[in-house]
Parts: sequence; C-alpha cells; structure tokens
Amino acid sequence: MSAVVQQDPQLMVVNPPLVQGSKDLHDLTEQISSVVEAKVYETPLKYWITLMCTGSVVLLLGAMLTYLVSTGIGVWGNNRPVGWAWDITNFVFWIGIGHAGTLISAILFLFRQKWRTSINRSAEAMTLFAVMCAGIFPLFHTGRPWRAFYWLFPIPNTDLNIWQNFRSPLIWDVFAVSTYFTVSLLFWFTGLVPDLATLRDRTTSKVRQVVFGILSLGWRGSARHWRHYEQAYLILAGISTPLVLSVHSVVSFDFATSVIPGWHTTIFPPYFVAGAIFSGFACVMTLLLIARWTLNLQNLITIKHLDNMNKIILVTGSVVGYAYCTEFFIAWYSGSIYERFTFLNRAFGPYWWAAWSMYTCNVFIPQLYWFRKMRTNLWVMFVISITTNIGMWFERFVIIATSLTRDFLPSSWGYFSPTWVDICTFIGTIGLFLTLFLLFARFLPMIAISEVKGVASQEKHVFAGQEEGSATLR
Amino acid sequence: MEKTSLVNITLSNSPSPAPAPVTGPEYWRSLDQLADTPEFRNWVQREFPEDAAAVLDGNSRRTMLKIMAASFGLAGLAACSRPEYRLAPQARGREDYVPGAPYNYTSVFSLGGHAAGLVVQTYEGRPSKIEGNPDHPTSMGAATALAQASLLSVYDPDRSKAVLDGGKESTWEKFEAAVKGLSLGDGSGLRFLSGTVISPTLESLRADALKKWPKAKWVEYESIARDNERAGAMLAFGQAVNVHPQFDKAKVILSLDYDFLGADFPTPLATKLFSKNRHVDSEADLEKLSRLYVVESQFSLTGANAEHRLRMQGGEVQKFAADLVAALSAPPAGGDKRGKFLAALAKDLKAAGKEALVVAGPRQPAIVHALAHQINQTLGSGAVTYTKASSADRVDSGVDALKALTGEMTGGQVSTLIILGGNPAYTAPADLQFGAALAKVANSIHLGAEDDETAAAAKWHLPEAHYLEAWGDAQSTDGVVAIQQPMIEPIFGGKSAIEVMAVLLDSKDRKGLDLVKNFWTLQWPAATRENTWRKTLNDGVIAGTQAAEVKPTVDSKKIQAAPAPASSSASGGIEVGFVPSATTWDGRFANNAWMQEAPDPITKLVWTNVALISPAMGRDKGWKDGDMVALTRGNLKLEAAVMVQPGHADNAVTIALGYGRPKSGSVGTNVGYNAGLIRTSDSFWFGQGFAIAATGANEVLANTQEHGSMEEPQLVSSIKPNTRPLVRETTVEEYKKNAKVIEEMNEVPELDSVYPQLKWEGLQWGMAIDLGACTGCNACVVACQAENNVPVVGKDQVLRGREMHWIRMDRYYVGPVEDPRAVEQPIPCMQCENAPCENVCPVQATTHSPEGLNDMAYNRCVGTRYCANNCPFKVRHFNFLDWHKNFLERRRIEPELMSMVYNPDVTVRMRGIMEKCTYCVQRIQEVRIATKTDGRREFTGEGVLTACQQTCPADAISFGNINDPNSKVAKLKKQERNYAMLAELDVRPRTTYLGRLRNPNPELEAS
Repeated sequence: MSAVVQQDPQLMVVNPPLVQGSKDLHDLTEQISSVVEAKVYETPLKYWITLMCTGSVVLLLGAMLTYLVSTGIGVWGNNRPVGWAWDITNFVFWIGIGHAGTLISAILFLFRQKWRTSINRSAEAMTLFAVMCAGIFPLFHTGRPWRAFYWLFPIPNTDLNIWQNFRSPLIWDVFAVSTYFTVSLLFWFTGLVPDLATLRDRTTSKVRQVVFGILSLGWRGSARHWRHYEQAYLILAGISTPLVLSVHSVVSFDFATSVIPGWHTTIFPPYFVAGAIFSGFACVMTLLLIARWTLNLQNLITIKHLDNMNKIILVTGSVVGYAYCTEFFIAWYSGSIYERFTFLNRAFGPYWWAAWSMYTCNVFIPQLYWFRKMRTNLWVMFVISITTNIGMWFERFVIIATSLTRDFLPSSWGYFSPTWVDICTFIGTIGLFLTLFLLFARFLPMIAISEVKGVASQEKHVFAGQEEGSATLR
Repeated sequence: MEKTSLVNITLSNSPSPAPAPVTGPEYWRSLDQLADTPEFRNWVQREFPEDAAAVLDGNSRRTMLKIMAASFGLAGLAACSRPEYRLAPQARGREDYVPGAPYNYTSVFSLGGHAAGLVVQTYEGRPSKIEGNPDHPTSMGAATALAQASLLSVYDPDRSKAVLDGGKESTWEKFEAAVKGLSLGDGSGLRFLSGTVISPTLESLRADALKKWPKAKWVEYESIARDNERAGAMLAFGQAVNVHPQFDKAKVILSLDYDFLGADFPTPLATKLFSKNRHVDSEADLEKLSRLYVVESQFSLTGANAEHRLRMQGGEVQKFAADLVAALSAPPAGGDKRGKFLAALAKDLKAAGKEALVVAGPRQPAIVHALAHQINQTLGSGAVTYTKASSADRVDSGVDALKALTGEMTGGQVSTLIILGGNPAYTAPADLQFGAALAKVANSIHLGAEDDETAAAAKWHLPEAHYLEAWGDAQSTDGVVAIQQPMIEPIFGGKSAIEVMAVLLDSKDRKGLDLVKNFWTLQWPAATRENTWRKTLNDGVIAGTQAAEVKPTVDSKKIQAAPAPASSSASGGIEVGFVPSATTWDGRFANNAWMQEAPDPITKLVWTNVALISPAMGRDKGWKDGDMVALTRGNLKLEAAVMVQPGHADNAVTIALGYGRPKSGSVGTNVGYNAGLIRTSDSFWFGQGFAIAATGANEVLANTQEHGSMEEPQLVSSIKPNTRPLVRETTVEEYKKNAKVIEEMNEVPELDSVYPQLKWEGLQWGMAIDLGACTGCNACVVACQAENNVPVVGKDQVLRGREMHWIRMDRYYVGPVEDPRAVEQPIPCMQCENAPCENVCPVQATTHSPEGLNDMAYNRCVGTRYCANNCPFKVRHFNFLDWHKNFLERRRIEPELMSMVYNPDVTVRMRGIMEKCTYCVQRIQEVRIATKTDGRREFTGEGVLTACQQTCPADAISFGNINDPNSKVAKLKKQERNYAMLAELDVRPRTTYLGRLRNPNPELEAS
C-alpha cells in the first residue's frame, strides 16, 4: 500500500492527502467505531473524570438558573442603563460559535471542499450544542421566563390574546435561532444515518441494536438509499447555506435597528457574520486539536485541515478588523457627536481594556497566520484559537454593554460589573457545552465514517494515478 | 385634587366593620391571631350566621378559607377607619359615600416654625397622597418633598408603639396615674421643652400651664428653627416681627447664605413667589425676569439657581453684609473678584431700589439679618413686608435657652422635665451633653414619634401620634391658622402634644378634637359656630387670621452698636458649616425611606450625608469622593466621608444634619454621619478651628447621577470634547437679539421616515417643562413616588443603578469646577410619538395609545429590557428584584401595613417587568370619567393635572391637550424657546422643554 501512495514530494507539500497513514477502509471504520463501541472500562479513566468535572459545572448552571428565576434578574449585574450585559453577550457569543458548524457542513459541501469530511461531524455537533447554550440566555434573561417561554412564540394562548410584535428584532431572533437549530439538527442527523447503520451492524449489544436500529431509519446501504441520502443532504445543505448568513444578520439586527450609538450601525450584518465564522472556526479548532491528541486522529485530522481552517480564521479576522476600522471612520464621518463619543469612549473610556483585548485578540494576533510556519504549528494554533474566542467574547461585550453604559444623556451614564452569578452562569454554559461534546465524542462517531471513506478511496486512486504522471485536480 | 365638601364622613351607618383585633388599633401579626380574638368570633357570628358554626368549629377548611378571605379584606377597613370620635355632622347623606373613591381633607404640616396647608387624599380612611392646599397662603397648592413624604411616616412600623416607663412597656392609664402622683407645687422644678410652638391651641394650653405652675418655665428648641431670624428682627426693629420677603416683587435679589429655594425654607412659598418672575411667556415677561445674587459657603440649590454667586466661608458673610452697607453709600473700587462682585451688586441693588431685596439665611447670626433689614430699608425695598410676631413670658427659645435648661438639669434644679415632641438628645449641641443631663432629671417625660435617643434617656416615653393621626392647628408666620385634621386613628395608639398637655393640666377636654374645636369655636359667635367650623375644615384655613402688616423702622444705631464682625481666620483651621438636610431635615425623617432615597438636589447622593469640601481642598489633600476624614475640635470628633462639591468655599466643610442617628428605625439607624457630634452651642451653624485629616478608610457613596456635566469627558488629549445640547439656556440679552437661539443650539437635519406618519388628532397629551422656572427642589420626584407606588430599592441597589424614580432630576454643572453654576432638568418619560421602545418589544407590552401616550401593559411584559436599552432618555425602570417584598422583608414589616400607603388606582408592579412614567394616566382617566358621568361637558383634557405638575412649587410643569390651542401646554409649545431633547433622533418627544433664560449682570458676566 505504501508503495502506491508515493507521490511527487513537491505536490505532497502543497496538497498532502486528507487521509494519511496506511489505513484501508476497514481500518477507518475500526478506528472511529472503537471509541463508540468501547466498554465503560475501556474508555480511559481521564475521560470519565473530565466528564464528571464538566457535569458538575452543569449542575452549577442549574443552580444559578434556579437562583435567577426564583429571585430575579437583580442577581446579575445588569442595571440601568445597562439592560443587557453578560446575558446577551453570552447569547451572541454562543450563537457565533455555532456558525462554523453550518459553514463547514453546508457551504464547504456545496463548494466540494473535501477536506471538510474529517471535521464536519464534530463541527455540526458543536453547532447544536452552542445553539443550545445560546438559547438559555434569551429565555432566562427575561424578567418573567415563565411567561416568555411561550409568549415569544406565535402560538395561540389565552392569557396574552394578541400577536407578537413582528416589528421587534427579538421576535426575528426567535424565528432565526429556532430555524437554525432545527435545520442544523436535521442536517447533522441526516449525515449520521449511514454511520448509525454501520454501528448497528457491528454491535452485538441488544440495546444498541434497537437504539441504532431505530435511529438509522432502516438504512441498508442500497444504491437507492445512497441516492436519496445524497439528494437529501444536498437539499439540506442548500437550505442551511443562507442560514449561515441570516442567523447572525438577524442577531445583529437586535442592535442595528436600535437608536443607541454603537448599536445603530448598518455594517453590523456582514460584520457579525464574519465575526461568527471567525469565532466558530476558532472553537472548532480548539475542540479538534484536543480530540486529535486524545483520540489519536492525526491521520484523519491532518495539518492540511488545520492549515485550511487557519486561513479562514485569518480572512475572517481581517474582515472583522476592517469592520472595526469602518466603524471608527463612520463615527467620525457621520458628524454625530454621540456616535463620535461612543467610539472614543470604546477605545479610551472606562472599558478601554475590553476594547483593546478585543482588537488584540481578533485583529493583531491572527495576523501571525500570514506565515505558513504559524499556520502549521499546533501550539500556535491552539493558543490563537483560544485568544480568538476570548477576543470575540469581548467584541460582543464591548458592543453590547459598553455602548449602553454611556449613551445620550450623561446623567444616566453608568458602569457595569458582573456579579458572581453572572460569572457562574457563563461558566455553567461552558460546562454544558463541554459535557454535551464529551458525551457526543464518546457515544456517536465523531468523524463521518462514510464520508471519510469516500475521500480515502478517492485519494487512493488519485495518488496512484499521480505515479503515472497524470495531473491532479482537487 | 379637588377638595370634597364632605367635611367628615360618618361611617356609623355603613356595614359594621370587623372589629379591630386585640385592643384597638394594634396590628395583628398573623391571621391566626386575628381569628382567635373574641371580637372576631363575635363578628363572624353576626356577619355570617349560617357559616359561623363551621368557622368557629374549625371543621370546614374550605369555608374557613373563604370567610377568612372576606374578613381579611373587611378587617383592613376597620383597622384604618377614620376616627370614630367626631363632632362635625355629615355634610351630605351617606348614599354619596362611594367605597373605593378618594376623599380629600385639609390638614396642615408644621416644620421648623413654618406651617404649610395640605389636602390629603384618603381611600377608605387611609391617607394615600399629600398635596398642597390651594387656599393656604404658604402652600398655594404645592407641597414640599418633605411634606409629601411625611405620609410614609404614618405607616412607619418603627414608630413608637407603647408607653415606656424606664424602658419597660407600660400603659397610658399608668402614666396618667403617675402624673397625678407628681407633686409639682408652684412648678419651680418643672420645665417644659418643646419644638417651636406654632399651634395656637398648644399656646393656650401653655399659657394655662404657666399660670397653674407660676414658677415653671418653657423652653422651645429645635435644631433647625427661625431663632436667628427672630433675633435679627428684634435687633433691627426693636420689636418681634415676622419678615416676609416678597420674591415676586423683587427684580434684584441678594441672598446672604439663604437657601430659600432649598432646605432653608420648609414651605413652597419662597419657590412659588420666586418662580413667578422666572416664567417668560411674553415679551413683557422678559423685563420682569429677576436677577439673583447668592453669597454662601455650601453650593446650595439657591446658589445653583443664581445668576451670580460668590463663595465664601459662612463666617465671612457678616463682613460681606457690612461691606455692602458701606458700598451702598460709597461705591467701592473693583479690585479682586469679591470687590468686583460687591461693586456690581451694590450698583445693581441701588438701581433696583424699590425692587431690590436682601435676605439673610437662618444660619447667619442676628446681625446679618439686621444688616439685611437695614439695606432693604435704605433701598426702600417694596419687596418685603412685616407682620407682628407673638411672644410670651417665661418662654425662651433657641440654643441659649436650651443651654440654660441643660445647666439647670445638671445642677439638679429640674425635678420634672416634660419634652413635648422632638429628639433633643440627638439634636442638641454636643457640648451640652443633653442626654447625660436628662438622666439626672427624676421625672422626665418624653413624647416622641420614635423610641429614639431621647426616649432611651427619659423615664417616661409616650408615643406621639403622627400629625395625620391627631387633631391640631398651626399658624404660619403670616398669622394664618390652619386646622390639622387627622385622617386615620393613631395606628400605634399615640397621643398628640395637646392631648398630653390636657392630661398634665387635668383639663376637662381630653380629646384632641375637643381641645382644638373648643379653643376656636368658643371665640366665635355662638350662632354660626358650627357652620364656621365646618367651613374652616373645608377650606383648611381659619378666615380672618391673617396678621396685619406693620411697618417697623430699622434702628441703625443699634445695629452699629452690635459687636463688630468676627475676623474669620481668628482661630485658624477650617470652618465647618452645618446645614439642614434636604432629605431628613434634622433627623426626624431619617426613618423615611422615600426621603432617604430622594437624591439630594445638588450632590445627588442617597442614603447618606457627606462632608462637602471644595475642589481645591480635594486636590490639595488628594482626597476622592468617599474617602473618610476625621473632623476634630477639642475633644469632639466626627468621622465622615468627603465629597468634592464644585463651587464650595475653600477651607470650609459643609455637612448636613439629620443623619447618623444612633437610635432610629430599621431605615434610618446609623445611615450617614452624625454632624451633631461636632456641633456645639457656640458653633451652632458654623465654626472655625476644626482640624481635618484623612483616616485612610473609605466608604462607597451611592448617587443617582455619576456624570455631572453635559460636556463629554476628555478621553484623548488632542480631541476636544463636545458639549451636548441637552439643557439649553441663554441670557435675556441673547434671546432678545435672536429668539431662535435656543432652537439653533442643535442642528436637526431634514428628517423623513419611510413609514407614513400618524395624524395625531383629537385629544393628544403633551407636557412642557420650563427649565427657567424649575429650581430642582425634588417635590415632583416624591409626588410621583407617592402617586405611582414607586418602590424604594435601598442603597446597595442604587449603587447598582437600579433606582426607580419615574421622574428624575438631572443636575448638570456649567462652567469652571471652582465656580460653576448648576442647571436642573426634570426627566419624566418623553412619551415619544416615534417611540423607539415600542417597536422593539417582542410582546407588545408597550404600545401607543390613540391619545399619544406611550402605554405600558404590565401584565404583558416579560422583561426583556430591550425597551429600556433603546430608550435614548433612559426613563424606563426595571424591577430587577421584587422591590416591594424586599423592602418589607428587610424591615420585617407586615405587608398589610405598608400596602396601606399605596394608591389603589395604580398597579403595584411585580419583579421582572418594566415600568415608567405614564403621564399619570390614572388621573387622566379619573377626570375623563368624572366628565363623562357629569354628562354636560365634553372631555377636552381640561382639569387633568399630573402628580408632578400639581405639586410643582415653581409651576414649571404644564400638561394637557396639545391639540387644544387654548391649553397652556399648547401655548407654551409654541414659544420660541421650546425645544425637544434629541430631536435629531426623530423620536418626536411629547415632553418638551422651554429653554432657560438667565438675566446676568453684564458687568459681572465677563469675569
């Protein structure tokens, strides 16, 4: 086999194979399924310890939300004028992280970017979990969540008896986020069906046979099934693609349609989408690097994958940097004294440290990725993936909270500082996210077996062909 | 609020209310206690004969619950019924009594020797709102913040509840027995101590007492009183006269350390009169605009409203007044700032002549008052009138009288001391050691509203009835007497001063009503007695009691003979000045949560007082707001937090009285710093020679406005900060040149919307606030709080920026930090036509009414706070916690008691929802319904007064139908100085402002 995959060393550097090592298709199935099929004691103890840690953070989240609902929003640091602070910051942060999943799944699929296959499953799962974390905040940030959870949806109810206000961007949010979650879930599940069938076929456990049997929807792998599957997947990819742009655009409308300087900005939709993809890729990067190390997936998640993702991080980071510059330009060019002050205040006011953390993490640090050495250094990319998400959290905080602290009337200016409940709630959602991801990594195939196989077998032929001097188009 | 002609409602014909549980008006602690009383059982048997067995057997839980619910509601009525004891007959038949409808009664509020007539709104016999009596000469329909907030004290659960004998609970009967046992003889060991007595009934009882005990003495002492004013008049005129500055008749006014627009004048009268010349509604009004000069140490509300202000230590004012007298005869040559000010002022005063007025503040010694009288007389001022003041033998008042009394007490010459109201152990100067002296008096009897510092040191403590619980009367300085009507039975069983005097005198009449009514009606012709009494109660004032004007002449020789001005830097150190607190007065409102949370008009601090220092002192010492300092002189020491006050005099500290009460209730105990610790009888209002040093500690100060300038902070040294055109003002000269100057202060581009704009037809509500007239007194803030059930949140929540006032008073400093001016701007909801809050609400909880109101549907609100974020004026307030419950729980109050203060026409908002100013929609509805049921008129919006507008002593707020060209608000909005804040946002506020016009002296303006 190794003799077959010999290729031009020059080409190998530019376009290394996406599946490396001497794996045949069976080996791939074994490698990926073994994680799922392992007995409890076969899974490393450190996994269970980690799961216990993150699980207790989920309990912390539950405790914080209970305290919040039983006592009131006052347990957070929100105040007048800062009606939204960490709550909506966290909401936008998590929604943003979710974006990479759809982008990798749908848009890269439509563009036939084969390198997505190793990472799309976990990226999609990440999307779902991030949206779940995000969804907590719009509900629980309301003063009366016991009303909000159904009054915000256009379902008939006898106590309100009127329609929602369709002019409110918050209602648009409800539709955008719930649509996004539904489509992402369907997309993820559709992709899972062939793999679930594989697991069903391999297992000897009665329970697993039943569970995977139901979930795999009677998949037998016939050509007819594959045909329908490919069509469904393509359609869902088509539906998902506009969502990548729409969800964060709608989220940005929460701010863009308002009158508050620092919020009232037409640049927000593309700026938010770029920022979301930026943070989403960074988060996928963090998770994949950890998975790659702990689950020995070096052959499936290659430097090539990571390099490509880093390029996207560089591009979107620069788009975000461009948006920052535009904001400052417009603040000056608009001639509005309030607009001007808001941006001066952002950079040099009491929250200068938040703004400069954001500029540094989002704009300056990613510039390292102009260098190939940096794009392929695992440690560098791990650190940058973390700083990117810190920077993007600060971006939302700077936009949402600091714009509110000092708006039109100096008499009502204020300052926001979080309480321990704010902090624990945010940590709690990180715990929820990690717990869900850990459960996913252990109980479902983290890498799309069927898709990777497709790439692997294709590559086998391509690289075999190269030996005979034929050109490769990829 | 229109006064009803129902003088008294007899409830005796109405269904017999549930008996008050236990004995009389005490409150039940639980439902079980209520159910267990024999009275309750009797009542159940009477009211629910069929069900009574079930209830009393306790077998049927369901029935029990049902009946409990019913009885609970009715029991509430009984517990707060109007006094059962009454003499006035029903003015109308009982069928006119509408349960649930408000009834208004007149009464009177007394403070610091002043009286202000009130109209009190009651629901089912519980007072729920205080307004000024339009027929009373010192109120003219307005009420001060303190007067309005005194309502909350009625329901203060920390008020004294029981007679205490040596700290142990006793009864009134035992007290009366003990009084009978006292052998007072000729009264040589008997002393009375009271506040300033302005009640004619009490005066007559006093005369009786002094006649009965010929060697007894009566001392009047109040921490904040008119003693200096009276002594000054005595010095200048040689007779006791009351001085009445007619601010409305003056064009040039000089205030010598007199905060008459603020805490130094406890009735709305001064603001009412002063603001008359501050409204500019026509060309002619421009000419009558007055010019105010202020000389003071603290930066007072009056100083903030002044055209020209000169800061100096309190002790230098006397020299200034003397120099002014000299300058009036021989114009001085300019010189430094003070010299220029003096020269220009003298010139201006002289030019004004008849329309000049000089007033001296109650903190300034008699000589300053005398000098002010002298100047007024020299200038021939027609802006001040005088009436004869009463005086009585063996009645001494003031701090010297208290000093003498304390001497007698310490010397053992006093065997019986009767303290009628007040809290001298807290308010007396520190050097008198009043508390220790009180302990030496064998029989000390203290009548007081709280179980306070004095109560702790006295042998007997008697709970004093709140003034809205007891009959009384009060005479304002111009002689007009108002009857103080009770609204409710004493909730905690207190008695008033006159009732206690009646006990002491063992007089025939023991009830307050008998005492007051007999005192007055017996003076009247027998035939019309009853009618006159009823008319008096209806009008709130006794006709014909106005004192006659006198024209005393100043004895300038006597003034010159008075001691020369003390050199201000004689004893070195810094000067400490004491001022009345705008929020707690002398400490008697310390336990009043409305006042504790009402921001100080200048500092905007809540829940504390501070040591105010000048910016120069702050810079020199490197002190920031909240740093703790120790003020010491001799062995007296006070630790307090400092705050840098722009415009404060250098080398001086000002600290408000009334805070740091060691023994108040759950609201006021140990809140702030007790200025009394360093206040001595020789430095009663200000004194030199204090040392100030930082202690190293610091305290967090809660204020409601952190940024006090319309100018943006300088963030980058090379970029010039903008000044935002929020409060707009100009000078009369500029305005005459270009009337559009206010409007042109903000460039508003052509605004166009893609949406079709609504046509605002029919009734359309709007408000116009005249910033030229508004003084920033806070009356509207408290009025709104009472009217709209606005909760109190406490210091820690104010620190988090969660205060709830629906109308707030923004204060911006203008000019250099050393010598700024300040402008005040009331901010209610702007009720924008294009309201940015409305379109963002996902559940349509805030929508526009066809009449242009931006309504809140509380029940629909889920609390996303999006509307508050999107409000450019930040007038929306969120219930972050259950404020009402929090407040009750913290104070361990039975909710039934506190809920009695609520206005039943306004929803009490729960936690998690948004609230804001509604333009008092309930008042609009009230008038609308009344007009409709009347059936004869069409509702045009006439007659609707919002709570803030109603009480505004400056008449700065106008409200009404803007589509009615005859309405005042429509006319004001047509004025050229009318502007909308943030008009460039195209939110189209319905609340607009009238730009402030100032009338500075051109000679001083440049400097």
